[in-house]
Amino acid sequence: MAGRTLYDKIWETHTVERLSTGQDQIFIGLHLIHEITTAPAFDMLREKGFDIAFPERTFATVDHIVPTDMRSRPFLDSQAEELLKALEKNITQFGIEFYGLDSHRQGIVHVIGPQLGLTQPGMTLACGDSHTSTHAAFGALAFGIGTSQVRDVLATQSLAMDKLKVRRINVSGRLPEGVYAKDVILSIIRKLGVGGGRGFVYEYGGSVIEKMDMEERMTVCNMSIEGGALVGYINPDSTTCDYLSGREFVPKGEEFKRAVAYWKSVASDADARYDDVVNIEGSAIEPTVTWGINPGQAVGISEKLPYPEKLSDPEGAKRAYEHMGWQPGSPILGTPIDVAFVGSCTNSRLSDLRAAANIAKGRRVHPSIRALVVPGSTEIKALAEKEGLHQVFTDAGFEWREAGCSMCLGMNPDKLKGREICASSSNRNFIGRQGSPGGRTLLMSPAMVVASAINGKIADVREFA
Amino acid sequence: MSTVTKIIQVTGTVIPVRGNDIDTDRILPARYLKEVTFSRMGEYPFFDERFDQEGKAKHHPFNDPRYKDASLLFVNKNFGCGSSREHAPQALFRYGIHALVGESFAAIFAGNCVMMGIPTVTVSFNKMEELMKLAESSPKTVYTVDLETSTLSYDGKQIRFDLPASSWNALVTGAWDSMSMLRANLGKVKGIASRLPYMTGFRD
Repeated sequence: MAGRTLYDKIWETHTVERLSTGQDQIFIGLHLIHEITTAPAFDMLREKGFDIAFPERTFATVDHIVPTDMRSRPFLDSQAEELLKALEKNITQFGIEFYGLDSHRQGIVHVIGPQLGLTQPGMTLACGDSHTSTHAAFGALAFGIGTSQVRDVLATQSLAMDKLKVRRINVSGRLPEGVYAKDVILSIIRKLGVGGGRGFVYEYGGSVIEKMDMEERMTVCNMSIEGGALVGYINPDSTTCDYLSGREFVPKGEEFKRAVAYWKSVASDADARYDDVVNIEGSAIEPTVTWGINPGQAVGISEKLPYPEKLSDPEGAKRAYEHMGWQPGSPILGTPIDVAFVGSCTNSRLSDLRAAANIAKGRRVHPSIRALVVPGSTEIKALAEKEGLHQVFTDAGFEWREAGCSMCLGMNPDKLKGREICASSSNRNFIGRQGSPGGRTLLMSPAMVVASAINGKIADVREFA
Repeated sequence: MSTVTKIIQVTGTVIPVRGNDIDTDRILPARYLKEVTFSRMGEYPFFDERFDQEGKAKHHPFNDPRYKDASLLFVNKNFGCGSSREHAPQALFRYGIHALVGESFAAIFAGNCVMMGIPTVTVSFNKMEELMKLAESSPKTVYTVDLETSTLSYDGKQIRFDLPASSWNALVTGAWDSMSMLRANLGKVKGIASRLPYMTGFRD
């Protein structure tokens, strides 16, 4: 009999029952919530008179609506204030642990879960946010859910789910200088398409992935949903266990030893059977930049913008050119920008900030550019300041902010204006995503964002060595 | 809800919205997620594609009077990709859309729809192209999505559609409103929890 994947193993140990619909009822080990997408779920519970099945397995924070300059309450935005008040009321009434603005544990939900050691291999983890696959970097089965599913997790600590197929994605060889985890995932999405992962769970592996540290792995897994995959995971190994050792919610002593044995046991077997296998050569990946209105519309920095008729969806490409206002055949290198943003659940961790600071050190942001660096959590902010990274950024002309989702998504005061073009380390270049319906987003690694901020136009980070 | 609502048929006229990979930020701009309830979402579907900054209506199928009062939505490939926001299907549903027909749907979006009792059924690229053309040239055509026969019927014609078996079961038996069904097994859920090492602190 062929070996089993991590997905098979976690599915089996978490199956409560086969439901009448043919779905499986899957136990959810950890539930993370934030101020968006949850309020109606609590209302539905109240309507039914249900309590929370496992209140100790839900943790809450606030990230999406947080102003990253002035955080004092009440917020200037009364809707944001009302939303946070609703969360505060709900966590109090239902007895949920909450890391609010006054907590040193506050931050972007997908940054703090791993940082606190809440996220662990072999567990199921759900959150009302599509970037929940970030946590799957630890070998957890972690995925985003809608509000009605948040309700189900609160009321039952479980979900009705269909088992998916598994696609193994091998990234072999080694990455050239100036090429980061962000370039790897952008290349994967470009190759397989933004809908290519529908019906699949992705398992990332191969020498490039194995060599990555946990923060790089989180960047890769974070954007699985941009490739259409609900979950994209990486098998746990000693890198995973070393990262978790000593973290707040990770067991200590003998219990830690038993945890490590369990974590390693859930990794896919060497002879595991996959429904599909895709191979990507790491050494062929360049610094990558998106040019269109979905994350699959990307090119290597030395390439020219593609002709629609040469792409799989010519109409989609035409729509993208219409929004971006660019011409096929022109280079992406040298495209002028207005704003530079380093942050988001994709790229706001300490190593991202170090990579960004490494390029910013001793240089100046181009005078025409508005540039900001937003750490992913209050703790990362403190750690970065301890290393003096904030000084590097402010000396270079970046604004140094408080932790939050910031300019990733247009739900807080950090937004694009009009037709501004933003070099961004976030995850989505959808029309209007950064808060202005006419705004334009180019996704890239944090180091590429900084290089572009300095040149005032899209730059090649390899020239900044 | 204490009564089971079975979703068997949706009948009505259609709004055709062409394009692949239409994301949920486009369906429902993020600023509306700051509202504490879903109650007003029906005012906002495709808002930034329908109105300019001054609030002036733009050319969009949702603004086209020919498609007023439709109950079905025709779309192309990978509709609803991106953010998990249930606000997007809530906006469509509260606007009056009770079934979607397309080439394919993004995973989280389709899951949210089932949990709201909205069928998201799929047909081939060629069939979808025919349906789009018909909807655009003959907006008064009435369609019926019939789950029992897995067919879309209109103008005396019938075509078969696909819907994942579990979604079909959930809608047709009324099990799409899943909370009570899951809650009935709470004892077994607790049993699973007691056997998972991370739930018991990895104690011996």
